[in-house]
Amino acid sequence: MYQYNDNDQTLINQRVTQFRGQTERYLNGELGEDEFRALRLMNGLYIQTHAPMLRVAGPYGLLSSKQLRMLAHIARKYDKDYAHITTRQNIQFNWPELKNVPDILADLASVQMHAIQTSGNCLRNTTSDHLAGVCTDEIEDPRPYCEIIRQWTILHPEFAYLPRKFKIAVSGSEQDRAATQLHDIGLHIVKNDAGETGFKVLVGGGLGRTPIIGKVIRPFLKKKHLLSYLEAIVRVYNLNGRRDNKYKSRIKILVKESGIENMTTWVEAEWQQIKDGMELDDEQITAMQAQFKAPAYENGANLDASFQTNTTRNPTFATWIKHNSEDHKIPGYRAVYISLKAPAAAPGDITEKQLDAVANLADQYSFGEVRTTHRQNLVLADVKQEKLFELWQKLDSLELATPNIGTATDMICCPGLDFCSLANAGSIGIAKEINEALDDMDYLHDIGDLKINMSGCMNGCAHQSVGHIGILGVDKKGVEWYQLTLGGSSENEAAIGGRLGPAVAKDQVTKAITTILDVYIKQRLDDEIFLDTIKRIGISPFKSAVY
Amino acid sequence: MQIIKDKQIIDDNWIHIADDHEITAGNITVSLSRWKQEKADLINHKGNLGIRLSPADKIEDIADTLNNISLIALEFPAFTDGRSFSQARLLRSRYAFNGEIRAIGNYMPDQVYYLSRVGVNAFQLEKPEELNVALSTMDDFTVKYQTSSN
Repeated sequence: MYQYNDNDQTLINQRVTQFRGQTERYLNGELGEDEFRALRLMNGLYIQTHAPMLRVAGPYGLLSSKQLRMLAHIARKYDKDYAHITTRQNIQFNWPELKNVPDILADLASVQMHAIQTSGNCLRNTTSDHLAGVCTDEIEDPRPYCEIIRQWTILHPEFAYLPRKFKIAVSGSEQDRAATQLHDIGLHIVKNDAGETGFKVLVGGGLGRTPIIGKVIRPFLKKKHLLSYLEAIVRVYNLNGRRDNKYKSRIKILVKESGIENMTTWVEAEWQQIKDGMELDDEQITAMQAQFKAPAYENGANLDASFQTNTTRNPTFATWIKHNSEDHKIPGYRAVYISLKAPAAAPGDITEKQLDAVANLADQYSFGEVRTTHRQNLVLADVKQEKLFELWQKLDSLELATPNIGTATDMICCPGLDFCSLANAGSIGIAKEINEALDDMDYLHDIGDLKINMSGCMNGCAHQSVGHIGILGVDKKGVEWYQLTLGGSSENEAAIGGRLGPAVAKDQVTKAITTILDVYIKQRLDDEIFLDTIKRIGISPFKSAVY
Repeated sequence: MQIIKDKQIIDDNWIHIADDHEITAGNITVSLSRWKQEKADLINHKGNLGIRLSPADKIEDIADTLNNISLIALEFPAFTDGRSFSQARLLRSRYAFNGEIRAIGNYMPDQVYYLSRVGVNAFQLEKPEELNVALSTMDDFTVKYQTSSN
C-alpha cells in the first residue's frame, strides 16, 4: 500500500498543528461557532447528539495492521472502546471530547492517517472496490488512481468551499463494487477499441433526498487527463452549482436542471483550457503503481489439499467459505470477509479488542493489510487457502465469522436516532429486531443474496434508496415511522428502489420484512435472487401481502 | 485602515465607492455593474481603478478591460461561498491578471492561506484585529499537492 514520503508526512503534521490552533482559538472565544463549525467539519469533526463524532479517513478502504492498532488505541484512550465503519470506507468514533481531538489527530498522523475533508462542503475521501488488486474480473487496479486523486483533493485550495459535499468513487473491474453510479463523480476503468485503458466518467449520481443515477459525461478519458478532467468538472460545479438551498446544492441537481448536454459542453470547454497544463506523465503513474505492487504470493498455494479436506469434513466451515470469502486472482488464495454484522452487534461496529486481534490476523495471514467495505465489513484480501481453516476458527472466537455476507442480516445501517442529531428515527434497534427474526442461518442462506439498507432520516447515509429492500425512518408528529422501498441496487444495474406503500409503524417493520421474504420464497423461480424476482413480478404482490 | 498586501501589513490607500455614492478622487473601486454603465467616464478617472466582483459575476465580462484595472476586489457575502476562489484562479491563470486581487467582505482569517494559493495577494478583513492571525496562517503549510497561482 501507499507509504507516505516526507512531504506527505509534513503536510498532515502541519494540519494537526493548524487544527490545534483553531480549536484553542474556539475554546478561547476568538473563533465564532459558525466559523469553527466549517473548520472542524473539514477535519472530520461533527457535534452529535451526545458528543462530538470524529470521522477518520480510510483512503479507498485500505488500512495497515499498524493503523488498525492505532484505531484500537484511540478507541480505548479517547472513546468507549469501539469504532464504527462507514459506508464510505471511513472509520468513526462516537464519543471523543472536543479538547482531545487535536491529540487524536496527532496520534493518527503518527501512522500516516488523518481526518482531512471527511466532512464539510469539500472534496471527500475517494472510495473504491474493496477487492481491488485481487479480484478475478479486474481490468486494472484502481488504487494508484485513487491515491493520485487523494493527493489532488487534499487541501485543494480552490475547492474547499463548494456548494455542497463532493464524493468520488473509482472502480477497476467489470462488476462495480464501489457504487460509482451513485457518486458525484464515478470513474470506471475501461478499455477502448485500441486496447488502451482509460476512464469512463460519470457525473451527478447521488443518494440522499433526491436519489439519482449518474450520467456518462465522457465515455473514454485518457489516464493522463484524469486530474484536469476532475478539476474541470469541480470548477464548473463550484461556479455554477446552486447555493440558495442546501437540498438542491449537490452537482446532481446542477446536472438535472441544466441537462447533461449543457453540463458536458461546459466541462469540455473548461477542460480544453487546462488539460495541457495538468497532464500526468507515464512516470508518475508507474511510480504510483509501484506503491501498490502485489505482495509476495507463494507459488503453488493451490496444491494444498487440507483446504478441500476441511470443507468436506466441516460443513460450518464450508458455509463460512461460501458466504464470507471470494475467489482470488492467484490460485490457492482467497479474499476473506470479516463480518461486522454479528447478531448482537450494531452493524459496522468493531471493538478495540477486535481491532487489535484483526491487526494480528492481518499480519499473520494477509500481508499486514485490511480493507474496509462500503457495506461496513472488513476484508483480509490475500489469505492462503491452507490457512483459511485456522483463520476461520480465530475469527469465530472473536465473533467475527457470522456467515452472513451478502445476506439479509448483512444490513447497512446508519447510527440513527441513538447517536445522530439529524436522524428522525432509530435504526440500530430495528436492525437487531430483524436479525432476531432471521436468526435461522439455513433460512437466511435459503433467501440468499439480499441487501437491506436502513437509514434513520432522509439524508440517507445508509443508502436505503439503493437497497434491494430500503428502510427509511421518518418522523410523523414525534412518532417514528418507516418507509419501505423495493428493488434498488448500487451495482452495475443501478436502480432506485420503488415505494412499497405508506410508511409502517415501528413495531410493524420486522413483520413487513418477513412478509416480503415470504412472498419472495413463494414466487421465486429456481435460483432467482430477490432482486430479479422483484424485477420480474413487480412490487404489487409484495404490497398486497404487507398492507 | 490596514490590510495585508504581499505578506506585509500596510496602510490601505483605496476607497470602495458604493453604487449610490459619488465618485471621489484617488484610488477607487466600483461594482461591476457601475463599471459597465460608466466605463467611458471612469476610464478618464485620475487615480487607479478597481472593480469589485460578487461571486456571481463572470470573469469573462471584464476580460477585455483588465488592462485598465489595477485592482480586483472579490467580495465575500458569506465565508462559505467558495466561488471567489475560482474567480481568483481564473484571473491569474487564464487571464494573466497581474494587478492586485483583494479579498473583501465576510471571510475568515483561516481562509487566507487557500486564498493566497489561488492568487489573492491582498486581504482586507472585517475585523482588523485579526490581521496578524491571518498573516500567520499563510505559513501554516510548507508543502502542497496542487499548483498554486501565487
